[in-house]
Amino acid sequence: MTTTSARAGRRWTRWAWLAAVVAALVICAGASVAIGSRHVSWDEIAAGLSGSTDGLGTAAVAKRVLRTILAILVGLALGLAGAVMQGVTRNPLADPGILGVNMGASLAVVTGIAWFGLWTYTAFIWVAIAGAGITAVFVYIVGSLGKGGATPLKLALAGAVTSAAAASFISAIVLPRADIADDVRSWQVGGVGGANIDAIAQVAPFLVVGVVICLVSAQSLNALALGDEAAASLGERVFVARAFASLGAVLLCGAATAVAGPIAFVGLIVPHICRLLIGVDHRWLVPFSALAGAILVTASDTVGRVVARPDEIDVGILTAILGAPVLIGIVRRTRIREL
Amino acid sequence: MTAAHNLMAAGLRLGYRDLVVIDGLDLTIPPGRLTAIVGANACGKSTLLRAMSRLLKPQAGQVLLDGRPVRRIPPKELARTLGLLPQSPIAPDGITVADLVGRGRNPHRRALSRWSRRDDEAVAAALEATRTLDLADRTVDQLSGGQRQRVWMAMALAQETDLLLLDEPTTFLDVAHQIEILDLLVELNRDRGTTVVMVLHDLNLAARYADHLVAIADGRVHSAGSPADVLTPATVRAVFGIDSQVIADPISGRPLMLPIGRHHPRPD
Repeated sequence: MTTTSARAGRRWTRWAWLAAVVAALVICAGASVAIGSRHVSWDEIAAGLSGSTDGLGTAAVAKRVLRTILAILVGLALGLAGAVMQGVTRNPLADPGILGVNMGASLAVVTGIAWFGLWTYTAFIWVAIAGAGITAVFVYIVGSLGKGGATPLKLALAGAVTSAAAASFISAIVLPRADIADDVRSWQVGGVGGANIDAIAQVAPFLVVGVVICLVSAQSLNALALGDEAAASLGERVFVARAFASLGAVLLCGAATAVAGPIAFVGLIVPHICRLLIGVDHRWLVPFSALAGAILVTASDTVGRVVARPDEIDVGILTAILGAPVLIGIVRRTRIREL
Repeated sequence: MTAAHNLMAAGLRLGYRDLVVIDGLDLTIPPGRLTAIVGANACGKSTLLRAMSRLLKPQAGQVLLDGRPVRRIPPKELARTLGLLPQSPIAPDGITVADLVGRGRNPHRRALSRWSRRDDEAVAAALEATRTLDLADRTVDQLSGGQRQRVWMAMALAQETDLLLLDEPTTFLDVAHQIEILDLLVELNRDRGTTVVMVLHDLNLAARYADHLVAIADGRVHSAGSPADVLTPATVRAVFGIDSQVIADPISGRPLMLPIGRHHPRPD
């Protein structure tokens, strides 16, 4: 049967891409451990990987291992969240950064630091998730006002405005507070340089829940992609499916932002590239976006350590440099339509 | 494989907020037959179809499938018995025909379940029945309007429902493709025993193809029955507000309506 063989052919291509992406992630992770402001020898890398922190070289390696793990986790979360948000809103511009969700999470965290003296990662994460959720709902409502409902451009504009407003609030909170300004600033640009075992251990459970929700939602997203009416007639509870998938994305955005600051554009770029590679089936697209997001953040972080030695450029700045042209490209495409 | 299912509406009131479009409508869909719903623009035909497939909550009354209110049937269970092809579903950019048709399997699958041989067979059968097998690897945006509509039909077929509701399946198609789609529906009804309910704009095509014709006017069923009984000058007057003459269609023997405009001579 021709369809079966064609299907088999496509599956084969997807598995091949999957292998390639996993290999790329391994290479990026290796590079992230081996490369940094300080040159280290292979012996030092081996010693660092085995847990030793004697000597500057091995200590640097041990630190880079944590940093790499955090970069992978954050990238995975943001890539997944982007794919799910684009699916939920049928909006090619949906991204946790563009929709203001990450900035909303930051505002919540900064408020928590400045006014409520929060200091544990777990507290950051809860507050960030709440901020992300409130912002997501707010932006969706604002973007849906007026004629035509939540069109891609209106949603993106609502997100951009909300993001700008949240950033202003953050400045207003932080500026008069010299005691917290430095901490907040370095966290806010978006980086994984401050990685430590506490952050990783505390964020991991939230990410696991978010990832599971997103993977389970993939099939509903396939139905939602055909329009609400078609999805409903395929047996989906449209509102419930949307809300559930959004919950997964919000958990991931909030948790990632709590530990790494608001990193934009990862969730935008990654799903678009993945669609080009493996197509529009969310059961592939969602996990693929996770892996590709991890690659993008790990690679950006590594590049950021190298290009400005001995200083570092934060991940959030590099992803913005990469992401802005992609955003313009998507907007300029002749037909902006719902996905 | 097809079981007879009874779909009926009783005392239905439908609308959007203050605007009531259907009020006090009773309707029974004959199982195993082809039903066409006709009526003037904005008379509530599509709204009725949405309510019959659970998409719209009635303000009053009920839609019953085998005696159970459709809004109480779990959505996936309902979607294995009753499918609706909306008027303008969205084809995601770059989706292939095979992938799109495969999405019709949604109600038969659970989250994270694997694609089964049964799913493959249903998709292949749907592609074959709609003569879209050779399009399987094309992307939907490369297709013509007629091909695209056949692909959507294939998706609805892959859902393997005993009841299929279609909202104006022939709109925007030229006459050849309209006939192609309607012929497909006849084959689906004849070969699989599927109960088909379609909203149609074209009265004459409705009379030509349907076993059972339902005319909607003033928010309720004006008349329902065989095309010969329903399609009369009196019905056309009541439903569309125009004069007409109805003759026997020389091809099928079904009634054929000829509208009479202001500038046409009256026959009498």
